[in-house]
Amino acid sequence: MIVAVASGKGGTGKTTVSASLASVWKRPVMAVDMDVEEPNLHLFLRPTWASAESVHLAVPLLDEDRCRLCGACADFCQFKAISLLGKHLMLFPEMCHGCGGCLSVCPEGALRRGQRELGTVEVGITGEAIPCLTGRLRVGEAMSPPLMRTLLGKAWAQKELEARDMVIDAPPGVSCPAMTAVRGADVILLVTEPTPFGLHDLRLAWKAFRPLGIPMGVVINRAGLGDRNVQGFCEENVLPVLAEIPFSRDVAEHYARGGVLARLDAGMKERFEALAERLERMALEGVTHA
Amino acid sequence: MRSAPASILAVTSEGPTLADQVDPRFGRAGGFVVMELETGAFRYVDNGSSQVLPQGAGIQATENLVKAGAQVLLTGQVGPKAWAALEAAGLKVVQGVEDMTVAEAIQRFRAGEFAFSDAPAH
Repeated sequence: MIVAVASGKGGTGKTTVSASLASVWKRPVMAVDMDVEEPNLHLFLRPTWASAESVHLAVPLLDEDRCRLCGACADFCQFKAISLLGKHLMLFPEMCHGCGGCLSVCPEGALRRGQRELGTVEVGITGEAIPCLTGRLRVGEAMSPPLMRTLLGKAWAQKELEARDMVIDAPPGVSCPAMTAVRGADVILLVTEPTPFGLHDLRLAWKAFRPLGIPMGVVINRAGLGDRNVQGFCEENVLPVLAEIPFSRDVAEHYARGGVLARLDAGMKERFEALAERLERMALEGVTHA
Repeated sequence: MRSAPASILAVTSEGPTLADQVDPRFGRAGGFVVMELETGAFRYVDNGSSQVLPQGAGIQATENLVKAGAQVLLTGQVGPKAWAALEAAGLKVVQGVEDMTVAEAIQRFRAGEFAFSDAPAH
């Protein structure tokens, strides 16, 4: 099974929860950091890296001698990566989504495949033999989903080969990167905090992910802080609160040292083991909310 | 270089008349007032096709200007990709034109008050 740990709001504790879930998971598991703009799951899990490979997107290159300025490629491109301006065919490779359509519509064979580097995919393994996969978006690259899909493909292959479950640390937000991270999951775990900000973005995430038809549950981090409105929202919308992590100095200090929260003490370990069990049950049962 | 005579001038505009405000945005401008300077005849070119794009609005806007035959553009700011496109299309650009009506922008251009830009705004 695949559990995606997501949230609308950043900084709610997705990575804290992901690292803890991976560390208490009963069956063989792997951890995948899909927050490729700022990957940090490895800071908790501390894998030894075994490999790193560059990931590229195919973008067009122009052979000006062959181009007859017919504009077929520019008409085809929906992303303005090619523009015919008077007697100039201009390529904007940073705008390209890599569909390859321009290459196939060019009647002169004037376009060929070039490459734009998206970032890297790194593979490692922790001391507890948990494989860790991380994507790292090239600084300056605007598009993360293509790198995320490559990362996910690699993770899937290993998951199938080694019969592992997968914990995905998703990026925050509710747009393409977040959707790319959660859409193949069996269950989505939304991490939030009991503040107006946590509630606001939890509602957004819930609305964005609901059409996927994947069961969702909630972890309330920093419980005891703020108000009870997050609990109220969850009750109203039949969104199960699967665990609460108390707002405490012990938790904050452990986090500040880069410790995996589930290893703080026996109580915290049990809390995450119970969470893992509930997630497995939800994944088996399918959608439980409206 | 000071602004010099040109035959077809385009101004990013919030509306279709000379009394409308200059739209300081280029790619996402509402539209362009395009004027033939010799006769003073003008028309409005809608830029909605650029506004709806998730990306590349400045490039689409440049295509719209090229189709309209514009040779000079008066606007607020032009980004780097739009700048490259405008340069390739051979348009001259004046930036920093805002907080005035289209009529005033054209009048000041005619009076030679504007200098052409030699780089994008950011």
